[in-house]
Amino acid sequence: MTASGSDHAVESSGLTKRFGRQVAVDAIDLAVPRGSVYGFLGPNGSGKTTTIRMLLGLIRPTAGRHQLLGSPMPGGAALVLPRVGALVEGPAFHPYLSGRDNLRRLDAVDRTANPATTDVRVAAALERVGLLAAAGKRYRAYSLGMRQRLALAAALLSPRELLVLDEPTNGLDPQGTREVRALITAVAAEGATVLLSTHLLSEVEQICSHVGVMHRGRLVAQKPLAQLRADAAPRVRVDTDRPTDAARVLRELGLAEVSVADRAAFGLLGPQAPEKVVAALVYDGVPVRGFGVVAPDLEELFVSLTGEGFDVSG
Amino acid sequence: MSAVDAPMVAAGARPARRASTRFLRSELRLIFGRRRNQAGMLVLAAVPIIIAVAMKVSNPPAGQSGGPDFFSQITSNGLFVALAALTVELGLFLPLAVAAISGDTIAGEANLGTLRYLLAVPVNRTRMLAVKYAAVVIFAFAATAWVALVGVLIGAALFGLGPATLLSGTQIGLGAALVRLAAICAYLAVGLAALGAIGMFVSTLTEQPIGATIAIVIVNVASFILDSIPQLDWLHPYLLAHWWLVFGDLLRQPVALDGIRQGLLCAAAYVVIFWTAAWARFGNRDVTS
Repeated sequence: MTASGSDHAVESSGLTKRFGRQVAVDAIDLAVPRGSVYGFLGPNGSGKTTTIRMLLGLIRPTAGRHQLLGSPMPGGAALVLPRVGALVEGPAFHPYLSGRDNLRRLDAVDRTANPATTDVRVAAALERVGLLAAAGKRYRAYSLGMRQRLALAAALLSPRELLVLDEPTNGLDPQGTREVRALITAVAAEGATVLLSTHLLSEVEQICSHVGVMHRGRLVAQKPLAQLRADAAPRVRVDTDRPTDAARVLRELGLAEVSVADRAAFGLLGPQAPEKVVAALVYDGVPVRGFGVVAPDLEELFVSLTGEGFDVSG
Repeated sequence: MSAVDAPMVAAGARPARRASTRFLRSELRLIFGRRRNQAGMLVLAAVPIIIAVAMKVSNPPAGQSGGPDFFSQITSNGLFVALAALTVELGLFLPLAVAAISGDTIAGEANLGTLRYLLAVPVNRTRMLAVKYAAVVIFAFAATAWVALVGVLIGAALFGLGPATLLSGTQIGLGAALVRLAAICAYLAVGLAALGAIGMFVSTLTEQPIGATIAIVIVNVASFILDSIPQLDWLHPYLLAHWWLVFGDLLRQPVALDGIRQGLLCAAAYVVIFWTAAWARFGNRDVTS
């Protein structure tokens, strides 16, 4: 896409951060393809925000390297960060300035920003997040949702190639959440890469093309969402009033992890075609009342990746 | 959509960087636009007004404060209201004002969380310290000039202006006296700016601007206390505040520059040391606020 060559907008190798004896981020190798919407998924405390702070050069890695848009960080910060919009750990602005003046301030400190277009860009960013009507109000009078929107407007203040958004829908009502997700999708459609950190599985399912799963400081999975789903073993479910017979047939067909419940039998489909399973059941005289192939949802996938539920990491 | 639509996605062009004073102007707007600081400026302005009005309604015998005694001359020349006010405010108000502004530089942004967004813009950390410190220096000059200006105006209104009798007994014209006053303001501003360098260093150590401000005031008061203990006279030349009241030397004919020169050297040493310390501390610090 650009002269810088790398086809990854974000790339890291062995990126590690230790605070004292605690390992917050443990040798992660991120690879965020250009143009993707990358869901950086993990429970609170799993190291997502620390990783983002390292990516942006706010804290120094204990070990490892990374680059943004093909430029090594932190050395390339002056070159690359103007093309990166960021929302890190919630909004933060001067409370006694208006939303508009806060954006003007951020633009004023950006040496790459053209002062002649400041007002136009500020207005465009505010309109894009639906905050133009409240632009003149002091930040301290903003609701949490409005503050979150202002932070998004700041991330969109200049043309960006990469957006790093840490929990962008925090504090938004359902309507606001939908709007922000639509906004992210729209920005991605214009060609920007989005690194979206979130603890919401539904958010990843709705808008992400790729996913990286953090767990206790480690990146336990990273792949296109479609592939993650495809790799997840689908299960068959046979509704019948003779579940033990059904289970026997499934085992004979070579299905693994066959289990029996009240009026149903389950098994991992494996390489078998579903229609063959049905044929074999019927041939064997098992009364099939219902049959289904169930792909595990993301939450089940997450549990299988991390071996535990979606709770706060210690 | 609408006319305000600008491209949100970059085409991959490498942005050109330009030299500009926008950051500094933004800093100054933050400092002088903030209500707290405006209230502080009003307090600074209140002192010459109170002095002038008090001298007008009663005519007390000459008091003795630490520095040169300007009070006795006020009734004959309003210009001395400015000098008296500067002398009085050097004790607490001016250092406090500089402590509040310089303590806010880094700690204030860290406290609000805006520091991480400034750094992500990106703002180079050395540049941030340079611009923040420039704003502190400008504030120090503005604060002393403000006190002097209010003093001259209220003095002129209540007592009139005229030729001034210097500490050495010589009389100089009003214009020359105003030049001397400006020089005094500049000299004091340099000393306050050195205090501001300490303040900016302290400000890189904490995320609590109030804590930084208190620490700077304590440093300044301790400096005054040490300066008043004669047994510690070997230490006095190294104390910032020791040199402040030397400004009276600018009111002699000819001007006695020895003390002024040493005062400026001392201030410069403080600036270099604490600016470097601030840079060393802030340049590599993890920003987790």
